[in-house]
Amino acid sequence: MTFFILIRQELFERKQQLMTSFLTILLGVAAIVSINSITSSSQTAIRKELERLGANVLILPKDATVQNYYTADIESGELPEAYVAKLSNSGIHGMDNLSPKLSTKFEAEGQSFILTGILPKNEIRSKALWQGSDLFAPAALSTEICPTVDLQSKATGDKLLTTKRMVDKLEKDQVFVGSETASLLDITQGSTLNIKGTDFVVAAVLPPSGTVDDSRVFAHLHTVQALLDKPGKINVVEVIGCCQKIFEGLVPKINALLPDAKVVTIGHVVETQLKTNQMMEKISWIFLVLIILVGGAGIANFMYANVNARKKEIGTLMALGAGSKFVLKLFFGKALILGFTGGIGGYVTGTILAMTLGPYIAHIPVYPSIGLLGMAILISVSIAFLASFLPARKAALVDPCIAFREV
Amino acid sequence: MLEMIDVHVNYSMKGQTVKALDGVSLAIESGDFLAVVGPSGSGKSTFLQSLGGMLSPAKGRVRMDGTSLYDLSADHRAAMRKKHVGFVFQTFNLLPYLTAKQNVQVPLLLNGEAPDKQAEKAVELLDKVGLMDRLNHKPSELSSGQQQRVALARMLANNPRVVFADEPTGTLDPETGSQVIGFLKELNSEGRTIVMVTHNPKAADQASRCIRLVEGRITDA
Repeated sequence: MTFFILIRQELFERKQQLMTSFLTILLGVAAIVSINSITSSSQTAIRKELERLGANVLILPKDATVQNYYTADIESGELPEAYVAKLSNSGIHGMDNLSPKLSTKFEAEGQSFILTGILPKNEIRSKALWQGSDLFAPAALSTEICPTVDLQSKATGDKLLTTKRMVDKLEKDQVFVGSETASLLDITQGSTLNIKGTDFVVAAVLPPSGTVDDSRVFAHLHTVQALLDKPGKINVVEVIGCCQKIFEGLVPKINALLPDAKVVTIGHVVETQLKTNQMMEKISWIFLVLIILVGGAGIANFMYANVNARKKEIGTLMALGAGSKFVLKLFFGKALILGFTGGIGGYVTGTILAMTLGPYIAHIPVYPSIGLLGMAILISVSIAFLASFLPARKAALVDPCIAFREV
Repeated sequence: MLEMIDVHVNYSMKGQTVKALDGVSLAIESGDFLAVVGPSGSGKSTFLQSLGGMLSPAKGRVRMDGTSLYDLSADHRAAMRKKHVGFVFQTFNLLPYLTAKQNVQVPLLLNGEAPDKQAEKAVELLDKVGLMDRLNHKPSELSSGQQQRVALARMLANNPRVVFADEPTGTLDPETGSQVIGFLKELNSEGRTIVMVTHNPKAADQASRCIRLVEGRITDA
């Protein structure tokens, strides 16, 4: 007989008790894993929602102000478009999207408007509101991938035309018009708009966003550069920065890379993102601690009761000459087997529960997290160990007859 | 040689202290067969447990071949029991989830014997107590007499010099009880020291020496 056989025989002798202990651990861990998965996915979903607030870092010419940025004051200076590539290749972490722009004012029907040159692929990633509108085919508008996929099979009719134009190319004679501008100029899709002596076809009227974009007209960046005779020039790079990274010093890093540019954060956006992310993180931790306490209490209670019920056997083994280390090893071996198998079972059950219930409860997709498997096993084994350790140690340190008498 | 020197053992029961052993002193020579008799609650089992290194006294010393048992740590006492002492309990104390053979293997496992050697020796001992046909039966599948014989085989596994038997015939029919007493006599004839607690006068008569305990004191030695 070996040590392992001794543990195995004890475990399998009472199959009902084995199943109860296994299920107790499994359900405790499943609760921990499922709630943590849903909370974690909610956090990710909220972070993505926050991206709808748009850019939170602006890279402007040295002498420009934020006011210049909003009023498209082209006289405030320029930056080379090559800065975008320089930023992309810099290895600085925390810049989710770079959106270069060149803006200018123009007159139409006696009123002043702003024409902004954009790179469609970059712009689409920073405009979550546009992505959510009916204007674009959702399948093509992942925030993770530049939408260069062929949309022929996923959209039809006018929508295909609009989407395809927007996503893949914005012709040099095409513009998108903000809703407010379209209303003031009474123009619709297909209308012609004269800007600084050049006629442009309105490819689409953007849905209202409640931002300055509603009063702007968008053309391809290179078209605007040609129109203003400023090839390779821009006057802002809008950056969607990871708010935590901004907090950790993203701005000084960009400043160091581009010393002749001015880097400013849009305070209220960063503050909102940071506060929300921190709040979500705290809530996640509170949930995790609570659920570990609740799930862990069930596991601990069972293991504690199990060791207490074995005191007569502990006493017998000690009477036969077993030392305290042997007794502790016996119960630790059992805790390890139950904790490990219960942890894996709990992870699988909890993940399936979260993936099934997440979309119904939190209206978010939940994906399996391999990282949680390690956590699940660690938690279940640790709790089983701790809960076994206290009564087993107590029993192992007393005289065998005391162990008998306490039965 | 076993010695008890002014041993006191107290229990706390419902807030009151009960004297289980009240200044017991005794010497037992090696190879002796001692029977301990007395009424229920007189401290017989406490005497046996304390003498066997399983229950620490409140006061006094217990020596085994000159070594003071309770001056050792609990783990060292366990090592002494493993090496020199065998116990037979009234309720057998077999591990319910192990077979007869595996129960006999437990002391050998504790002693670090290889599994095949354990199995070989366990079969030999169970053969000695007449249980060759019950090797793979669990305690719940054995009669009381068979369980006590498994306990005897287990007790012998480490070849102890001293055997402590607490009411070994208490739950057995007279015939099986006689067999167990005969077995203990045989062990004594091999030179082992036997200390047996019993209510059974016939069993006590088989011992070479008998003491009587009343209210935790030796009244007849």
